[in-house]
Amino acid sequence: MAEKFDSVVVGAGPAGIAAAYTMAKAGLNVLVVEKGEKPGAKNVFGGIIFKHHTEQIAPEFWKTAPIERRVVEYQYWFLSKESHVLVSHRNQRFNDQYNAFTVHRAKFDPWFAKLAEDAGATIINRTTADDVIKENGKIVGVKTERGEISADVVIAADGVNSMLARQAGLREELDPDAVVLTVKEVVALPKQRIEERFNLGPDEGVAALLVGWGPGMHAGFLYTNRDTLSIGIGVSMRDLDKSGQRPNALLEQFKSHPSIAPLIRDAELKEYSAHLIPEGGYDHVARVYMDGMLVVGDAAMLVNAINWEGTNLALTSGIIAGETAIEAKRKGDFSSRTLAKYRQRLEQSFVLRDLRKYRNVPSFFSTHPHFFTLYPELANELAYMWHVVDDETKDERIKRMKSTLFKRRSKLGLVSDAFHLWRLFS
Amino acid sequence: MTAQRVLSIEDKLYRDRFKVDEEPHLWIKDPKMCVKCPFNFVCIRVCPTDVYKWEEDKITITYDACVECGACQIACYDIGWKHPKGGFGISYKYG
Repeated sequence: MAEKFDSVVVGAGPAGIAAAYTMAKAGLNVLVVEKGEKPGAKNVFGGIIFKHHTEQIAPEFWKTAPIERRVVEYQYWFLSKESHVLVSHRNQRFNDQYNAFTVHRAKFDPWFAKLAEDAGATIINRTTADDVIKENGKIVGVKTERGEISADVVIAADGVNSMLARQAGLREELDPDAVVLTVKEVVALPKQRIEERFNLGPDEGVAALLVGWGPGMHAGFLYTNRDTLSIGIGVSMRDLDKSGQRPNALLEQFKSHPSIAPLIRDAELKEYSAHLIPEGGYDHVARVYMDGMLVVGDAAMLVNAINWEGTNLALTSGIIAGETAIEAKRKGDFSSRTLAKYRQRLEQSFVLRDLRKYRNVPSFFSTHPHFFTLYPELANELAYMWHVVDDETKDERIKRMKSTLFKRRSKLGLVSDAFHLWRLFS
Repeated sequence: MTAQRVLSIEDKLYRDRFKVDEEPHLWIKDPKMCVKCPFNFVCIRVCPTDVYKWEEDKITITYDACVECGACQIACYDIGWKHPKGGFGISYKYG
């Protein structure tokens, strides 16, 4: 492989493909290196892709892409040991103007990668690039088991465990507080059963987030696909370590919850997977550029854990990286002077503006885990008290509810929590 | 088969597709450290697919069950971790 490319992109996920597509379309000579047997083979997410950002590459993609269901309802479950409080938003507008779609990455990513190929990029699968080639402090290519590949700019889109960002010295080892381990199952159910169970029309889907009842910052998720469900849990590496529980045991505990079990009853396991999510936020974002190299998507730790957004940050960072590379090519300058524009434009876009806004949120919740434990439990306890019918007068009932509330959290504590939440988000 | 029946990790991994390389992509850098593990065998505890086991006097690694999540190498710096060679390792059908 003696040929030199304008750009070599490592990783054929959404970030890498968005970068490759953008550059190839502008006429750059682009090579994408993917370690899996095909794009998507190593990729796991909840999850959903978002219409707005996916359309920047593929207008009206839902007409041809292998999507599962369009999301028409968002559910937020607050779990206690044997109960739940459910807050949900369903909107007909999600049927008229789509917002998000559930997909299986092993099916969607190959389709998405084909767009970059059609635009002129070359994709080689089954090739692991685990190191950069450095010359005089400048990145000039990557090392693969098939040999070295030279390029003016290397785009590291190699995911949360990015070897390239680490080898280039752009990223520290991951901090256990900033990384969430997710374990997930894809379970099969007939299409009609899914639609009956979740009260859905054909092609309609639900995205559910479930908190409470577990060690610290622990959350569950459930997404409806065409004839499968994606169900799993995420727990920070720090909390997992502290809890002393095994990931699979936590998942089984979650699946056996009396509110969850009926949703997956008789469903057949199709796949078990695990993946890390870089949820540390703004202060954990990698250095994203240096001479001859840009870092995009999960490799750069671009995940918004508050709104559960990831693929859209990946896509947008890929597009901006691609555009920066095009400008570098035009100027003939691939040094950090030109590539610094990538960081600047990320800072101006929603990607880093959102993460900057939420800068203190991840550390706040990790030092105040009671938001994920005490409050869901309290909500369930109070809801239960409210609904039990017996001879107790409502006057006594409300007094008892108040005393239950204040016993668990003082008035001052409640006011302080409300104040902190307000400050955190405004 | 119903979801109520709790499946073992082995049962679960049976559903996944792997192409196993002959060369391990996981290793212990200094096995002596494991004997007095300062992290209370965190590798065993955090691995979602039971790759690590304590057998007699050392950690054994069943690398062919690894789904390449990366949890172990974050938990313990004594674990050597790289991606399997291209095309090897886990190959998701759904993801």
